[in-house]
Amino acid sequence: MTDQSHLFIQSNAISTDQKKSKRTFHWGRLPDNTTGWLLSLPLAFVLFFFLVLPIAMIVVVSFWGATEFSIYPAFQFENYEFLLTSPVTYQVFWNTIKYALVTWVLTLGIGFTVAYFLAFHVRSLTWQVVLFLLCTIPFWTSNIIRMISWIPFLGRNGIANSTLISMGVIDEPLEWLLFSDFSVILAFVHLYTLFMVVPIFNTMMRIDKSLIEAASDNGASGFQTLTNVIIPLTKPGIMIGSIFVITLVMGDFITVRFMSGSQKANVGRLISNDISLLQYPSAAATAVILLITVLLVISVLLRFVDIRKEL
Amino acid sequence: MTEKLEKKGVSRRSILKGGAAATGAALGSGVITGFPTIWAQNIKDVTLRQFGTGVSNLNEVAAKVKEDLGFTLEMTALDSDAVTQRAATQPDSFDIADIEYWICKKVWPTGNLQAMDTSKIKNYDKIVGIFRDGKLTPESTIAQGTAPHTVSFVEGVDGKEFVDKESGWMTLIPTIYNADTLGIRPDLIGRPIKNWSELLNPEFKGKASILDISSIGIMDMAMVVESMGEYKYPDKGNMTKEEIDMTLGIFTEAKKNGQFRAFWKTFDESVNLMASGEVVIQSMWSPAITAVRSQGIPCVYQPLEEGYRSWGGGIGLSKSLSGLELDAAYEYINWYLDGWVGGFLMRQGYYSAVPENSKNYMSEDEWGFWFEGKAAEGDITNPFGKVMEKAGAVRDGGSFYDRMGAVACWNAVMDENQYMVRKWNEFIAA
Repeated sequence: MTDQSHLFIQSNAISTDQKKSKRTFHWGRLPDNTTGWLLSLPLAFVLFFFLVLPIAMIVVVSFWGATEFSIYPAFQFENYEFLLTSPVTYQVFWNTIKYALVTWVLTLGIGFTVAYFLAFHVRSLTWQVVLFLLCTIPFWTSNIIRMISWIPFLGRNGIANSTLISMGVIDEPLEWLLFSDFSVILAFVHLYTLFMVVPIFNTMMRIDKSLIEAASDNGASGFQTLTNVIIPLTKPGIMIGSIFVITLVMGDFITVRFMSGSQKANVGRLISNDISLLQYPSAAATAVILLITVLLVISVLLRFVDIRKEL
Repeated sequence: MTEKLEKKGVSRRSILKGGAAATGAALGSGVITGFPTIWAQNIKDVTLRQFGTGVSNLNEVAAKVKEDLGFTLEMTALDSDAVTQRAATQPDSFDIADIEYWICKKVWPTGNLQAMDTSKIKNYDKIVGIFRDGKLTPESTIAQGTAPHTVSFVEGVDGKEFVDKESGWMTLIPTIYNADTLGIRPDLIGRPIKNWSELLNPEFKGKASILDISSIGIMDMAMVVESMGEYKYPDKGNMTKEEIDMTLGIFTEAKKNGQFRAFWKTFDESVNLMASGEVVIQSMWSPAITAVRSQGIPCVYQPLEEGYRSWGGGIGLSKSLSGLELDAAYEYINWYLDGWVGGFLMRQGYYSAVPENSKNYMSEDEWGFWFEGKAAEGDITNPFGKVMEKAGAVRDGGSFYDRMGAVACWNAVMDENQYMVRKWNEFIAA
């Protein structure tokens, strides 16, 4: 599975490529740092037009005003004022963070276990590849289909409830199976665990097996090897997986809408509701606050591990 | 609106079919039937782009337009929020907007639509009174909310302000309308339901639902609040901030107590909730009831003592229409009111703007069942040939005058709409 590791050393590969091309392609007498600037221009343009500019636009619009059917330029704090003074906002942000946290813990637990099994228990490379591909099969169908197929399963008269009733475990159908926090988180975990498995598996495959032998030679128990060798060395994979899962969950709105029967809200739904009602400035203000929150969370995560160094 | 998403699939097909029809017509070109008054040969090249909420965006209509009038009608179906957005922000992306009256109130001030000269509309005088002076019959009272006639007329072709009389310049030509009420599962409830207040009856805890489209949902809520005897609104269609807070407060409390199983936003969601038994009482649209029933599951569109919440849609013209296209658009509108479409829509349980013309395109029995509220003599089929009702069935709520005469309010846009929308958002999030 060395192919996988290429994904994460791409950045190194690119920089060596650049150095090579510099050697073969002569820029005349251009000084080195000018070449560097020129080479970074295309990327800078792309990032400027497709990342910086849209975000700047969102920030600007978040201060505008809106009528029923139009938005007008202004510089007012009304959108933020409404947002930050409403108790519902805090509740919704808390909900968003709660979903992200719970989903993170569960996907990490499951993802780590699966990756560990694949990397250390499955000995043959062929089987590792086969089993890994097996994990990705659900991804051949659409996100929405995988999510919605839970609804008939979990419903009041669904398969889960009728099975439990016929087994005599419960007498009354369990109402909380569907259209609840439970079903939302279940769908999140189902949808996003693979994003945890892939990077963790990838870093695990790169762990030098002799380190594990050395640990056991030195008398470390299996658990000690896990906590002292494997987990520290898998940290970058865990971090990358965590960033994927947390940003995906925090930005999601459709899963929450369908799996909670529109009864629960996260920030994404707040924004999508605003947009559908033409309240762009208010949506933009919410988006800005969400962006700040997510950036804070990611920067906290990055404090724990310097991904660039680890890679 | 109301019945918005159900025809999404149809619309995609309608585009394909429309394309196929266009090709077919091109092959056998020169054969123009029907009654176009513009004989210009180049009318065949005219393409009118219509978008709307899906209820009346039917591929059969586009095909019939091609057959009768010779030009091409391209249709796009969207949900009502997307329709509003498009009408307000992309005036050049359409020629004909098929929107609801409350959407008209929202988007007319943008100036993206042009008023129609009623003297060019042949059947104008036959259009049902609701859309002209607001009165179904001379004695009837006008319901609260955004009643269609209040947003039907402006001063001139580019008038921005609605006027209170038949000025000769019409904003929308009505296409389709109906009276909505609660849908129930009589087999799971087992007793008669007579009032809107039953939606919040603790008996149905965890088995009720309401729709998550603010302009429509707030009116359903107001009907419930009045029925509970909590409050009598001076005008449900134009609440004050305090009234909005109070209304949503009552529902937020019910939500926190677990009254609702889910909220729905699209037609098919409401069908699934009802058919699966997750919900036994909810706000619903008429064709959704039919869809549940066609699965063999009992479902009733329950007439209630307090009356109906009504909605109506109409077609408006883009301000950028002119010349031949504008003539074609008038041609289309006249054709629309001539009865074929009306009959087509009425056989699905909607009402058309000029029922007397639609009658010509319906059988005696169909007219009796759908319009007059009489018991069906034979099986009643919809335009697609599917049996909707067996012989002997009577329409829920009775005749046209019984149903449209009992309208208590119209879907509305309030002066405090922005506040309401934000509060609605909070209700959903609470």
